[in-house]
Amino acid sequence: MNTPSRRVAGLALLLMLACVLPFVVSNYRVFQCTLVLVYAIALLGLNMLTGYNGQISLGHGAFYAIGAYVAAILMDRFGVPYWLTLPVAGAVCAVAGFLFGLPALRFEGLYLSLATFALGVALPQILKYKGIEHWTGGAQGIVIVKPEPPAGVPLTQDQWLYFVALATAVLMFALGWNLLRGRIGRAMVAIRDQPIAAQAMGVDTSMIKAMTFGVSAMYTGVAGALGAIAIQFVAPDSFTIFLSISLVVGIVVGGLASISGALYGAIFIQFIPNVADEISKAAPWAIYGVFLIGFMYVMPTGVAGFIRIAVARWRRRRS
Amino acid sequence: MRHPITRRSVLAAAAALVAGRAVAQAKKYGPGASDTEIKLGQTMPYSGPASAYGTIGKLHTAYFKRVNDSGGINGRKINLISLDDGYSPPKAVEQVRKLVEQDEVLALFQTLGTPSNSAIHKYINAKKVPHLFLATGATKWADPKNFPWTLGFNLSYQAEGQIYAKYLLKNKPAAKIAILYQNDDYGKDVLKGVKDGLGTAGAKLIVAEASYEVTDATVDSQILTLQGSGADTFINITTPKFGAQAVRKAWDTGWKPLHIINNVSASVGSVLVPAGLDKSVGLLTLQYYKDPNDPQWKDDPSMLEWRAFMGRYYRDGDPKDAANLYAYLTVQTMVHVLKACGNDLTRENLMKQATNIRNLKLPLLLPGMSLNTTPDDYFLVKQGQLARFTGVQWQGFGDVLSTGG
Repeated sequence: MNTPSRRVAGLALLLMLACVLPFVVSNYRVFQCTLVLVYAIALLGLNMLTGYNGQISLGHGAFYAIGAYVAAILMDRFGVPYWLTLPVAGAVCAVAGFLFGLPALRFEGLYLSLATFALGVALPQILKYKGIEHWTGGAQGIVIVKPEPPAGVPLTQDQWLYFVALATAVLMFALGWNLLRGRIGRAMVAIRDQPIAAQAMGVDTSMIKAMTFGVSAMYTGVAGALGAIAIQFVAPDSFTIFLSISLVVGIVVGGLASISGALYGAIFIQFIPNVADEISKAAPWAIYGVFLIGFMYVMPTGVAGFIRIAVARWRRRRS
Repeated sequence: MRHPITRRSVLAAAAALVAGRAVAQAKKYGPGASDTEIKLGQTMPYSGPASAYGTIGKLHTAYFKRVNDSGGINGRKINLISLDDGYSPPKAVEQVRKLVEQDEVLALFQTLGTPSNSAIHKYINAKKVPHLFLATGATKWADPKNFPWTLGFNLSYQAEGQIYAKYLLKNKPAAKIAILYQNDDYGKDVLKGVKDGLGTAGAKLIVAEASYEVTDATVDSQILTLQGSGADTFINITTPKFGAQAVRKAWDTGWKPLHIINNVSASVGSVLVPAGLDKSVGLLTLQYYKDPNDPQWKDDPSMLEWRAFMGRYYRDGDPKDAANLYAYLTVQTMVHVLKACGNDLTRENLMKQATNIRNLKLPLLLPGMSLNTTPDDYFLVKQGQLARFTGVQWQGFGDVLSTGG
C-alpha cells in the first residue's frame, strides 16, 4: 500500500474504533471521551492560530466561554434545539474573534499574548455584570437540560451526545485539514516563518491574521457550546484563566502545527489532572508539573512530533 | 473426588451463610454499602482559588481513619473517596459522575462550594443519590419538594437574616433600619431573610436600603446615604473588604447606629483589624459554633477533645483555622446519621435518617444549640447566638435564637 491509502485506512480504522467505543465502556467513560472530543476541537482551533500562524493566545478560554454561554442562553431562554446552537455559537465567536483580532493584531508576539490574556481574565467577571444578568444568570450560572436521543434511537443520553460530538469533531477536523493544506494554510505558515517575504509575495498579512483569529475563535466557540451541553451547566467560575492556560498546554504537549496533535493534547488535559489527583491530594499540581516537564523532555516536539519521528525511524530501518 | 473435606466444608460454610442471612434479614444494602464497608464520595477544592478550604476534606479523611481504627460504624469501615475539583464546576460534574457511576458510592458528603453544587444539583437528584451536608450557605439547598436528595449543612444566609430581624423586633421594636447589601445571590439571600423575618408589619422599620457591586472600589457614598436617612440601626451585609470599609466609614462619619455585621465579615483578622479594633467595639454578629480562637473556650472539654484529635490524627492541620472545627462538626453529623441507619444502608434509608435528625447536640456547637431536620424542613442549622465585639474578641450573649420561634 502506498502512503495516502495507508493513511486513509488508518483513519477509517480510528473512526471505527471511535464508533465502537461507547458500547464497550461505562457511561461515565463515554462522558469523559465526549469531553476529549470537545477539547480536541478547541485545541485544533488554537493550534491554527498558534501552531500554524505563530500568534500566541493566552485567552482562548474566553471564546470557549462565549460559545458555552451562547448555547446555554439560546437553549434556556429561547428554547432553541441544542444542535442548532453549535453553528450559532461558532458564528458568534468567529465574529468576536475577527473583531478582537483586527486591533489586537497590531501587537506582535508577547504583546499579543498579553492582550489575549487580558481578555481571558476579564471575561469571567464580565459574565457576572448586572446589566446582562437576566441572560447569563450572574454568578449562579445557567443549568441546561441534557438532550435526549431522537425517538427510536436506542442510545443513552451520554452515548448520543458522544456521537453528536464525534460527528462535529469529524466535520471540524475535515474542514480544518482542507483549510490548512490549501492556499490559506500555506499563507498562514508563511506569515509565521517569513512575514516580510510573505508580504512581498502579495499575501494580505493583516487580513489573513485577522481571519485566522476568527476561524480559531469559531472552532473554540463550537467546542465551548458542545462542552456546555455535555456538562449541562455554565457559570463564570467554569471559565477561569486556567482554562486558557490548559488549552495552551494542550497544543504544546500534543504537538504544535499538527492536526492529530489536537487529539493527543485533549487526552492530556482531560486525563492527566485526574491521574495527578490520584497520586497526591496534597500537591496534585506538583505532580501535574512533573508530568508536563517529563513530556517536554521526552517529546520536545509534542506527542504528534514524537510519533512522526518514531514512524520515520521505523520505516528507515525496514527499507 | 480428591478433596472431599474441602468440598464438604465449603458446602457447610455456604449453608451457614444462608442460615446467617435468614437470621439477619434486616440487613439491607444500597450501592456502596456492604458487610464490611460504607463508601462515601466528595469533591473538594484541593487546588485552585478556594484551596484553603481543602483542609475540610483532609480533616474528614483523618476523622474516618480514627473511626475505622476503633472498629468502624456498626462494624463497617468508612471509605471516603475525596476528589479534587479545583473549585471548577465542569470538573465537579466529571468527578461526581465518577463517584456515582464508577465508584458507586452510597452518598455524597460535604461537596464544597455553591457553583460546584449548582452544577451537580439536577444530576444527583435524577440519580437519587443522597447529597448530604453541602458546605455552602445558599438557601436553595433546602428544597425538599423539587430536590429531595439534597440537604445542606450551613446556617443558611436567609436564616441568618431572619434571626437578625427577630432580634430587632424583640429588643428594638422602634428601630429605624438601614441596610447595605452586596448585589448578588448571597447579598439578596441575606436581605430576603431580614425582610421575611420582619414580616409585613415590620417592613416599615426599614428606612433605607443601598447596594454595591463586588467590582465597586468603596462603599463610602452608600454609607453616607444610609446615614442621611436618619437610621439608628445598620445591618451590614457585605463581604470582608467592604465590611471593613463600612465599619470604618460608619465610625468616621460619627454615625453611631446599632451595627449588625453578617457572619461572612465577622473575621477579626481580615475585617475588624483593617477597620480598626477601636472602631469595631459594639458590633453584633451571629455565630453557631465555638470559635477556636475565643479564650472563653480554651479549656472547654469539647475544644480539648478537638485539639487532641488534631494533634493525633491531623498534625498538618492548623488548629487556629475555624474551617477545621467546622469540618469536625460536619463529619460528626455524618457519623451520627450513618449510625442511625443501623443495618439498613440503602440510599432511601440514609435520606430518611438524614431528614429525621432530632435534637442532635454536638459539643462544638454553642451551648443550647441542636441540629434538627424533618422530611419537610431541610434546614439543619436553624439557630445561632448573637455575639458582641469587645474590642478584642467576640463575646456571645443572650439566648440561642432560632428562625422558627
